[in-house]
Amino acid sequence: MFKYGLKSFLAGREWYPSEKLFGLWPMIVGSLYVTLGAMGLGVPFGLACAIVLTEFSSKRVRSVIKPVIELLAGIPSVVYGFMGVIILVPFIRETLGGPGLSVLAASIILGIMILPTIISISVDSLQAIPPSYREGSIALGATKWQTVKMVLLPAARSGIIASIILGMGRAIGETMAVIMIAGNAASVPHSILDPVRTLTSNIALEMGYAAGEHRQALFATGVILFIIIMILNTVANVTASRMKGTKR
Amino acid sequence: MRINPRTEQKIVRVVLWALTGITVAILFFIIAFILRKGVPALGWDFLTKNPVDMGKGGGIFSTVVGTIVLTAGALVIAIPLGVGTAIYLTEYTWEGPVTRVIRFGAECLAGIPSIIFGLFGFILFVTKLKFGWSILSGSLTLAFMVLPTIIRTSEEAIKSVPLVYRTVSFSLGSTKWQTVTRVVLPSALPGVVTGVILSVGRSIGETAAVIFTAGSALRLPTSLFSSSRTMSVHFYILAREGISMPNAYGTAAVLIIAILGINLLTYYLMNRFIKKYS
Repeated sequence: MFKYGLKSFLAGREWYPSEKLFGLWPMIVGSLYVTLGAMGLGVPFGLACAIVLTEFSSKRVRSVIKPVIELLAGIPSVVYGFMGVIILVPFIRETLGGPGLSVLAASIILGIMILPTIISISVDSLQAIPPSYREGSIALGATKWQTVKMVLLPAARSGIIASIILGMGRAIGETMAVIMIAGNAASVPHSILDPVRTLTSNIALEMGYAAGEHRQALFATGVILFIIIMILNTVANVTASRMKGTKR
Repeated sequence: MRINPRTEQKIVRVVLWALTGITVAILFFIIAFILRKGVPALGWDFLTKNPVDMGKGGGIFSTVVGTIVLTAGALVIAIPLGVGTAIYLTEYTWEGPVTRVIRFGAECLAGIPSIIFGLFGFILFVTKLKFGWSILSGSLTLAFMVLPTIIRTSEEAIKSVPLVYRTVSFSLGSTKWQTVTRVVLPSALPGVVTGVILSVGRSIGETAAVIFTAGSALRLPTSLFSSSRTMSVHFYILAREGISMPNAYGTAAVLIIAILGINLLTYYLMNRFIKKYS
């Protein structure tokens, strides 16, 4: 990894292992795009679910929907990827053009995959808010939505942020589903319909046959992924523990 | 322009419910789709016959065996380590730098993506220790992967055992170890079991970490050192290489049914556990 210089490794745009060109930039950008896309989809849906589950629904509805959403977390990632290949990819190919295997497809599937993480942690942090906050706001004449918007969401902020960061970690770390639907071309995508390769799929795709320097380059990819995840986790832990601190 | 708060509330309510509805609908759609396409392929033969022609024909027996053996191996390694750590953290030490380091380590392990575990297992077990692509390498890798889940759930379960149980046990003259094994652990058992079942679910669904450590041989495994293919790896290969769609759907249906069953069991146990202590 250091043989070719950290800069050319991280910022190089060419990844041709057979010619000893190891530029990770397309993969880093790919991971970033796909993750951001997944957040754009997963965060609004996840937060909406969490708010409905804690504030706008009866206990009975909650007792049905919450376990159902937790089931989503248990479905293996290959199944999500498969659904993407069977349904989403042809749909995108026919309606929007392009190869179908794309940033968009990967973002949608990953967005669905991170929903359970975002929902369950956000629900926990919304439920942890003392009832007096709600009662106080309602007593001042605020509607339920005003209460949610102005009192509850700010109070649960750090928990919600932690849930989003953990969801991000999951999206970056996901491998099999992404390999199946992202197209895996090792070049910087120009539109959301272009195929893309992420850091994780870079490792998984070439691990089987890599040798020598190529293999070391893949290990280095793993190291970079590891560092990104560690940073995200630490940030999530710090925000989550700050939430505990304010509760006391 | 200011919108009347009541109207705003109504609009937001509709929007939020619509988003929730879509989320739930997607889940039902995924499960229903896989089951509808996969269940026709299922049958006694599918589960008990070995795959023929790289999975084009025959059943999935060897992959079912592979999945069970790998998962069992992972649990045999992870349960003693995980429960042991949880007991140490809750009963034998007090909060300090050491426990903080252990907890931080476990938290970090929990967030690491499975492909990193696969990479690690591949370097350490498959190449350095020369276990090759084998059940042993796969189980060890999976064990590391599920360790955090087991530690955390066991810790929570042990912590929720009322202090009175321990004090009474001590006052009867039992030692710390007797208290732990005969009083604390039995009462915490449902919680510990919940963690174990969650880990089973994760191991069954895992693909990335397994494919690099346990390999993908279709033969029935004969020893700890033989390579083996799990159901999820089999499904991945069938679907990705387009070998046989009916068999891919069938495998996916078996996977989903297994995981739904595991989740329901977890849910039942968790509710029982909660009822017991509240």
